[in-house]
Amino acid sequence: MVFEKVVEIIADQLGLDSAEGIKPSTSLMKELEADSLDAVEIMMALEDEFGIEIPDEEAEKFKNIGNIVAYIEENI
Amino acid sequence: MKLLGKTAIVTGGSRGIGKAIAIKLAEQGANIVVNYSSSPESANEVIRMIEAIGRQGIAIKADVSNPSEVEELISIAEAKFSSIDILINNAGITRDTLLMKMKEDDWDSVITTNLKGTFNCTKAVTKKMIRQRSGKIVSVASVIGIVGNAGQANYAASKAGIIGFTKSIAKELGSRNINVNAVAPGYIQTDMTDKLSAEVKEGLMAGIPLKRLGAPEDVANIVVFLCTEEASYITGQVFNVDGGMVM
Repeated sequence: MVFEKVVEIIADQLGLDSAEGIKPSTSLMKELEADSLDAVEIMMALEDEFGIEIPDEEAEKFKNIGNIVAYIEENI
Repeated sequence: MKLLGKTAIVTGGSRGIGKAIAIKLAEQGANIVVNYSSSPESANEVIRMIEAIGRQGIAIKADVSNPSEVEELISIAEAKFSSIDILINNAGITRDTLLMKMKEDDWDSVITTNLKGTFNCTKAVTKKMIRQRSGKIVSVASVIGIVGNAGQANYAASKAGIIGFTKSIAKELGSRNINVNAVAPGYIQTDMTDKLSAEVKEGLMAGIPLKRLGAPEDVANIVVFLCTEEASYITGQVFNVDGGMVM
C-alpha cells in the first residue's frame, strides 16, 4: 500500500505519464532523472501525505524507492 | 496589458517605491496584494488607486521579519487569488548611524527586516511557484549595497545580502522557470530619503551625472519590465536605477 502511494506521488511530482516500471529498486535520481529540487519536493509531498518528518540526513541515505518505502513504513 | 490575470505581492507596498511598483503592476493588468507594516490608511489608499485602474487589490498587514506573519500573508493571498505569480521584496527600513554609535538593535532590526524579510517572503512563495513552473521574484536592493556608505553599514550589509541571495536563488530556481532579479535604486525621492540631512543630500546630488533625484516610478518601470515575459531570459541580475551614480 505504502509503495503504491509513494510511486503515485513520485510520478505526480515528476510529471510522469505513467508510473509503470517503477520498482522498489528504481533510483529516483539515476533512473527517474530527478534533480535535487525534485527530491526535496518529493520528500515534502511524502511528509504531507504520511504525516511524518523525513530528516535531511535520512533522505540523503535513500538509494532507491524501496528505501523510501521502508523508512515510511517504519515511521508511520 | 502585459500582466493580465497575474497576481503580485508587493511587500512594503503602501508607500514610496513599493507603492509605485504596485500601481504600475496594476496598470499592466495584475491584481495586487499590498503588504504593509504600520499604516493601513496609506495601504487602503493604494488599494483604492488599484481599483480605480480596474484591478483587484487587497491590503494585508504583516511584519516581513516574522515567518509566521509571512505565512499568514501568503495564505490570505492564495485564498483571495488562486495563483501567486510575482513577488516584489520591497519592504525595507533604515537605522542610520556610524558604526561606533550603532547599537545591536540598530543592526538587528535592519538586517532582520530587509534581509531576513526577503528570505521569509521568497521561501514562502517558492513552493507554489515551483509547482506552477513559473514565477517572477524581484527584490529591491540599493546601490548602497554595492558601494557602501558611511553611516549605513547595517543597511549596506542588508542590501548586499539581498544581492547575494538573489543570485543564489536564481541559480536554484532557474530550472523551474522562475526568474529572480534585483534592482538597486540610487537616490530616489521617498519618505526614506526625505529624512536625510541637507548636507548628505547635497553630497549625493554631486555624484549623480543626471543631476536629479529619481522618482519611485523610475524604479517601478524596470521592476514591471522584469515581471513580464519580455524579460523571461533575464535572471540573477542587479539593475542600478540611479541616474548614473554608480557605474
